[in-house]
Amino acid sequence: MTMMRFLMESAAVSMAELHKIARDPTEMFSRAIQPVLWLVIFGQVFSRVRDIPTGDVTYLAFMTPGILAQSVLFSAIFYGIAVIWERDLGIVQKLLVSPAHRSALVLGKALSAGLRGLVQAVIVYLVAWLLDIHLRWEIIPILEVLLAVILGSCIFSTFSLIIACIVKTRERFMGIGQVLTMPLFFASNAIYPLEMMPDWLKLVARLNPLSYLVDALRGAMILGGHSTHGLFLDFGIMVAVFLLMLVVAAKLYPGLAR
Amino acid sequence: MTAAIETSALTRRFGSFTAVNQIDLAVPQQSIYGLLGPNGAGKSTTIKMLTTLLQPSSGTAQVAGFDIVRAPVEVRRRIGYVPQMLSADGALTAIENLTLSARLYGMSAAERKTRIAEALDFSGLAEVCHKLVKTYSGGMIRRLELAQAMLHHPAILFLDEPTIGLDPVARRTVWERLQALRRDFGMTILLTTHDMEEADVLCDTLAILHQGTIGVTGSPLELKASVGPEATLDDVFVAFSGGTIQESGSYREVRQARTTMQRLG
Repeated sequence: MTMMRFLMESAAVSMAELHKIARDPTEMFSRAIQPVLWLVIFGQVFSRVRDIPTGDVTYLAFMTPGILAQSVLFSAIFYGIAVIWERDLGIVQKLLVSPAHRSALVLGKALSAGLRGLVQAVIVYLVAWLLDIHLRWEIIPILEVLLAVILGSCIFSTFSLIIACIVKTRERFMGIGQVLTMPLFFASNAIYPLEMMPDWLKLVARLNPLSYLVDALRGAMILGGHSTHGLFLDFGIMVAVFLLMLVVAAKLYPGLAR
Repeated sequence: MTAAIETSALTRRFGSFTAVNQIDLAVPQQSIYGLLGPNGAGKSTTIKMLTTLLQPSSGTAQVAGFDIVRAPVEVRRRIGYVPQMLSADGALTAIENLTLSARLYGMSAAERKTRIAEALDFSGLAEVCHKLVKTYSGGMIRRLELAQAMLHHPAILFLDEPTIGLDPVARRTVWERLQALRRDFGMTILLTTHDMEEADVLCDTLAILHQGTIGVTGSPLELKASVGPEATLDDVFVAFSGGTIQESGSYREVRQARTTMQRLG
């Protein structure tokens, strides 16, 4: 199969999602609430803690990329619910009897999560601007942020799809989704630097893909922000993790139609 | 002429339970073939195997000339499928649903345009094609699903309980559309049903499934004649399975059928 055909199939799935997103803006606004609360309440209070080493930037600026990453994680991680819903309806079965490549279908789903992630990015930029956080407004860093957000959404939505393929029911999925999000968030560099963590937690955070998303965002989003690993490594790791997830998900996805 | 679908000892087990047991089917080209049986007889499992959604545990099947295990993609290119559940996306319009299908079958923009117009004309949905599918009636949704399944002119169309939950008028419309597909496009149609009237009116050949095996095959007329001069298909079913069609089925299968009815109704 040609690459073109593969991309066309993924685009077909994403386009259908895009129609849905465009029709339901309320969902987007409800998703804006959480990042606003974190930045306005948690951020304001923790700005007063002087012991958090945030380098040359204020704590609020330091946590802004973390909150964007969190909002990407929280919205993507429940993507599996929608897939289970589509399974119960028969939509998954219909997709799977088409000759489209399985990984193209999974990629299409992941990219649509990426589109939703971009809306989160716009919201967090807006809130950060209102809170007078100093952001980088040059075109290249903004593109880096958008790319990182798409990649992050792809990773966590595909991870979510994998869980959906394994548990297959909404009830079980909700339980697991809740259990996963908090550890992923807290065992990362989203709201405090890795240096503050005990060694065992540092190790967990280094294995956590969210840390690389936060690191990439921190380097590109805020003035004076600094990426520990460098964008090249951050993006490299995210791409590798996503490809791995894609392979696993494409393997498991057909099982949903049984 | 070779058969459109041919299976040999096709079997599917789930753990220690055998859902489909050594089925041999030969579905002639351009026929409407009915798998008749109660819930849990193995109809859906058979369709899932033939549409490549489920791997058989043993046995083989050729669909449109290709092996379902060795050449699943070739099979998928040549078949259309309407699952029992609602497979049209309610959050999209008819046009968007059809466009998604057309793209997944690799149609060019020009081809998409012609085929979608043809499918809308076929399903009688042209006037409402920009409305969200969730505002449609059960009959309209089924016609849209048929339109989606015939868009790429498959050689074989699979339908799982195509008229479950539809009112009599909508049911007849679906039957007419299926007959038109065979007449105008030369499609072979394999459907499952536990509706005796549907089996009688629509199908050329029936296979009665009972606990995963085929009790008997034949035309509705032949089957009825084999039981007695005044026999109905219900009598045929009792004669070959020892029970009525409404009595069987697991909790899960009954729930699924009722959910579909509720959504369509």
